Formats: sequence, C-alpha cells, structure tokens
Amino acid sequence: MTPQDLRAMANRIRRRDLQAVYEAGAGHIGGEMSVIDILTALYFDVLNVDPGNPLDPDRDRFVLSKGHTACALYVTLAEKGFIPKEEISTFLKPHSRLNGHPNRTKVPGVETNTGPLGHGLPVAVGMAAAAKLSNAAWQTYVVTGDGEMQEGSNWEAIMAAKQFKLDNLTLIIDHNRLQQGAKLAETNDIAPIAPKLEAFGWAVQEIDGHDMDQILKALSPETVVPGKPRGIIAHTHKGNGISFMSDNVAWHHKVPNAEQYKQAMAELEEAAQ
Amino acid sequence: MTAAARARRYEARKVPETRQATSAMIASLAAEGYDAAPAPFGHALSDLANTDERIVGLSADLSKYTDLHIFAQKHPDRFYQMGMAEQVLMSAAAGLAHEGFIPFATTYAVFASRRAYDFICMAIAEENLPVKIVCALPGLTTGYGPSHQATEDLAIFRGMPNLVIVDPCDAVDVAQMVPEMAAHDGPVYARLLRGNVPSVLRRHKPDYRFRLGKAQMIREGADVLVVSSGLMTMRALDAATELARDGIEVAVLHSPTIKPLDRDTILAEAGKGRLLVTAENHTVIGGLGEAVAATLLRAGVTPTFRQIGLPDAFLEAGALPTLHDMYGLSTKAVIAQIKGWL
Ligand SMILES: Cc1ncc(C[n+]2csc(CCOP(=O)(O)OP(=O)(O)O)c2C)c(N)n1
Ligand SMILES: [Mg+2]
Repeated sequence: MTPQDLRAMANRIRRRDLQAVYEAGAGHIGGEMSVIDILTALYFDVLNVDPGNPLDPDRDRFVLSKGHTACALYVTLAEKGFIPKEEISTFLKPHSRLNGHPNRTKVPGVETNTGPLGHGLPVAVGMAAAAKLSNAAWQTYVVTGDGEMQEGSNWEAIMAAKQFKLDNLTLIIDHNRLQQGAKLAETNDIAPIAPKLEAFGWAVQEIDGHDMDQILKALSPETVVPGKPRGIIAHTHKGNGISFMSDNVAWHHKVPNAEQYKQAMAELEEAAQ
Repeated sequence: MTAAARARRYEARKVPETRQATSAMIASLAAEGYDAAPAPFGHALSDLANTDERIVGLSADLSKYTDLHIFAQKHPDRFYQMGMAEQVLMSAAAGLAHEGFIPFATTYAVFASRRAYDFICMAIAEENLPVKIVCALPGLTTGYGPSHQATEDLAIFRGMPNLVIVDPCDAVDVAQMVPEMAAHDGPVYARLLRGNVPSVLRRHKPDYRFRLGKAQMIREGADVLVVSSGLMTMRALDAATELARDGIEVAVLHSPTIKPLDRDTILAEAGKGRLLVTAENHTVIGGLGEAVAATLLRAGVTPTFRQIGLPDAFLEAGALPTLHDMYGLSTKAVIAQIKGWL
C-alpha cells in the first residue's frame, strides 16, 4: 500500500470504529482515534502476518498493550481479514468474542490478553527473548498508552529488554498527553519520555504519530540499532480526526449522542475526500 | 533452541440478536423501584474530612470512577492523584499512615487485589496500618470482561491477616461505613458501589444502620434464611418479596462485614431449621458462602446449605442485566434457584 492508501485505510477504520462505539454505547473512542494511524501502518505495511494462518510460527507479534482501545484493533483485524467484517457489529454483546479488551484465546490475530495496563510490554519482552532463543527472525511490536507508562511494570520491562539486548523489540508509545481523568501533566507527568528511554539504553525516535510517512520511516528496519531495543515516541492527539473530541479528556470513553455521531462521521467523511 | 508454540484454536461464535443496547460498562447499578443517592462515598468522606484532619485521599487515575473526585474538589490539599500506579498508591498510603494520617486509597477492585496485593499485604496489613482501600467494580458490576471483573477479590483478601473486609449493599451502607472504617484502628478493604447508588435497606427496615462487624436481620421468614452481602442483599430482598406472594417466607440476614464474620448472629439464625442459602456477588470459591459454611461446620450447626454466587470461571463480557441473568445473580435467577431447592 502507498502512504496515500494507508491514509485512506486509517480513515475507513476510524469511521467503522466510531460507528461500532456509537452502536455498542461503549468504547474508548479518544484513545482509539489516537492509535489508528499507528495500527494501520503496522498491519498494512510493517507486520509480516497472514490472516489465513494467524498462528504461523514465523509471523511478527503485535501486542496492543493499551487494551481499552480494543475496538480499533478489532476493526483493523477485520479490515486485514482476520475476522469477518460483519462481526464488528457484535462488539460488547454477550457471547461475542469482541469484548471490551482483547482476548488471545478468542480472537485470531490477538497475541496477548490486555486490559489491565502495564501487561503488554513485559509479555513482549518474553516473546522477543523467545525469538532470540529460537534464532527466529520475527519481530515483536508493542503499543502502550502514555498514561500507561506510569505503571512500574513497564520500567521493569524496559530494563530487562536492554539487559537482554532485544533489538528485535519495538515499543511505540501513543503520546497523546491525556489519560483517563486528566492530562498527564496534571496527574503524574512522565514527559519528556525520550531521554528517559535513552537513559535506559534504548534507541529512541520521536515522530508525529498521525503522519504516515514519519510512522513508516520510524518503523523501517534501517532504524534498528544492534543490541538496543527500539522506542518510538509517537506524538498524537486523543480523539484525532474529530474536532470536538481532539485533545479533550472528556472523550476518553464518552459515547457520542446521535447529533455528535452525525457531526463526527461527517468530519471523517470529509477528510476521506 | 526451538519450542513448539502452545496450541490454540479459534471458534467463531453465534451472537444472538438482542434488543438490549449495551449499557455503559461502568455505569451505576440499575435498581428498579428504589431511590438512588449520588456518590455516597465521596460525600461521606468529604464530610468526615471536615471534622477529621487526618483524612487524606489517594487514587490511581480513577478518582471520578470511585467517587473520590467529590472529596478532591472539597479538600484539594489532602488529595493525591498518583496516576496509573497502583503499587505506589498502596505503599504511599502506608507511608502516610505511618505518620498519623488516615488514607483512603481508591482504584478498581481488580487492580487492588491482583496488582497491588504484595504492597497491601506487606506495607499495610503486616504493620496493621489504618489504610482504607475502597474499590469500585466489585464482582460482576461491569460488562467489560475478566480484566475488570473482580470476581475473586474477597477470596484473595480473606487470607490476609489483620484486614477487615466490607461488602456494602446500598447507599446507606456506603455512606455509613466511611466513619466506621476510619474509626477502626487497622486496615480495611471495602467494595464500592459508585455513581447513583440505590437506597435499599431502609425501604425494608426503616431504622437500619450500618454497623461494622455486625450482620443484621433485614426481614424475617420461616422457610428460608438467606445470608447475603453487597448487592445480593438487594436481590435477596426483592426475591423474598416475590416469593412471599407464592407463600414462601424468606428471611434475609445481611452480612456486609465479610471479615471478621459475625459468627454469633449467623450461628443463632442458622440453628432455626430453615434452608440456608448464601448469596454473594463473587465466585462461590473463598467468599461469603464458604466463610459461612466453615463457620457452621466448625460449630457443628448443619442446616441444609446452598450457595448463590458466580461460577469458578472467567466470565463473559456484555450488558450487565444479561450477565446477571446468565450467571444467576438477577432477582429472577435468585427466585428460580431458591424454588428449585425447596
Ligand atoms: C492497571 C490499570 N489501572 C487502571 C486502569 C483503568 N484505565 C483504563 S484506560 C486508563 C487511562 C489510559 O491512559 P493512556 O495509557 O494514556 O491511554 P490513552 O490515552 O491512549 O487512552 C485507565 C486509568 C487500567 N485499565 N489498568
Ligand atoms: Mg494517553
């Protein structure tokens, strides 16, 4: 896919995500809108995965550690062909596989159960270590939230990844500067993040997490530094693409009413032109 | 080195068409026919802090979702937003308690019981510090799925020495437990009902007051004795009202303090020859039901004993009313279970 195609795909995923959250009456739309460009780049350009063979031992592993934005992952997996597109309409219904947080035992393409924040990166350290131990070429990618980086388990994992020289591990931090209740700056500010990761021995890049060219460049094999885990600080906007949600903490998991839904969809449709 | 990855098999699922829209996943508990009070915990703690300067509040990015924002607005100088960091939430509360403060620390029940256990056990309970841990989304009160459903928090915490455990039923319990928790000189874990919380107990017993460590008869009845805690006391009372129309008399003994259990009251009521049913918003393993069963056996009191509670399983996600029907916690399901045992 060209970057232009990827942008069109991201827009499509945003619209389907918005519709799913609206219809289900629940979801985490702010963090979904902020992570969708990254998910799109991963699934449609970077990851070596095959929807026809979701358990291929040689596939790349992707862990969405900010599991509350599961709906964005489900829509991306459906676009990629891991699950039927019609299944998205079952999001959050009883008996659906598409729960509020991704479950590895239920949904093909999901690599780790997440939801309690601070789980994904520690598990990914084990996966990347397993690839090294097996002399396998597959890569491990993780996306965390920025508020999520307040969890101590992440920093334990960051130290372990450097100690084990996991240069086959990439962490992308969705740095939208907002968490559930407030701005990170008003809560427990961890900015600036890049120097912290660097101090722990990681190879770090900072990018605009909504600029497809920058995302692709940061994820290209050329940016891997031998012996160092790779960290990408993606500067993003919570609620990106929908004017009244963008950078507004109230939209962490608020659900649009009919009028807001119409406006949001109109804005996304206009952006698709 | 090579290793075969663990086998997995995916099954497509048939999802029944439901008319029921998924209610918000962390919404207030719906309780038909009862008045509701807004944020009873937040208001009670703010009020207490007006007269007790030792009260401080801490949360881990969940102040609004534990009603602690009410306290934070009134007493900003005594509120600590720790961010998403449940371990330091508990240990910092221990540090504050060392120095004479009475910290109320809030998060969701899963994160306190699962993630922060070691920090609560060693920093708080072993030193018997007066830290009050107040946690939303107890048992099956969210449709989000296992990551947010604290179906085993009572089992986890019952094994912790020194810790007092409270499972309130309604807005009166929640508001009145706050000063009693603060007055208790040691650690307390309380399950929280937040948002608009129904007022249930005074409807059935107008002079009801919460008393820490005490079980209280809310309703008398000759055929069945239900011993319950938390929102299951509401279900038991609603079921008892219905069953009375069929001539089945159900007594309800509300036991909001899970540990230490009110042994004397439970034994006295259990010895009256009625079918004894425990009802809890928790797995049947390690919660109120098994605590009552052990108490009875140890004392040699052996009524016919049945348990209403959640199965020993990771539960489904979905709309809460559907899940309560599915797992036997709805009033309808309670009635059916009791009838089946008579
Ligand atoms: C251990 C843990 N604590 C608290 C929560 C509740 N919670 C869900 S999302 C969230 C905020 C997430 O903020 P961030 O990581 O910045 O994600 P984003 O902004 O991308 O939504 C919180 C506190 C949780 N899921 N897990
Ligand atoms: Mg964030």
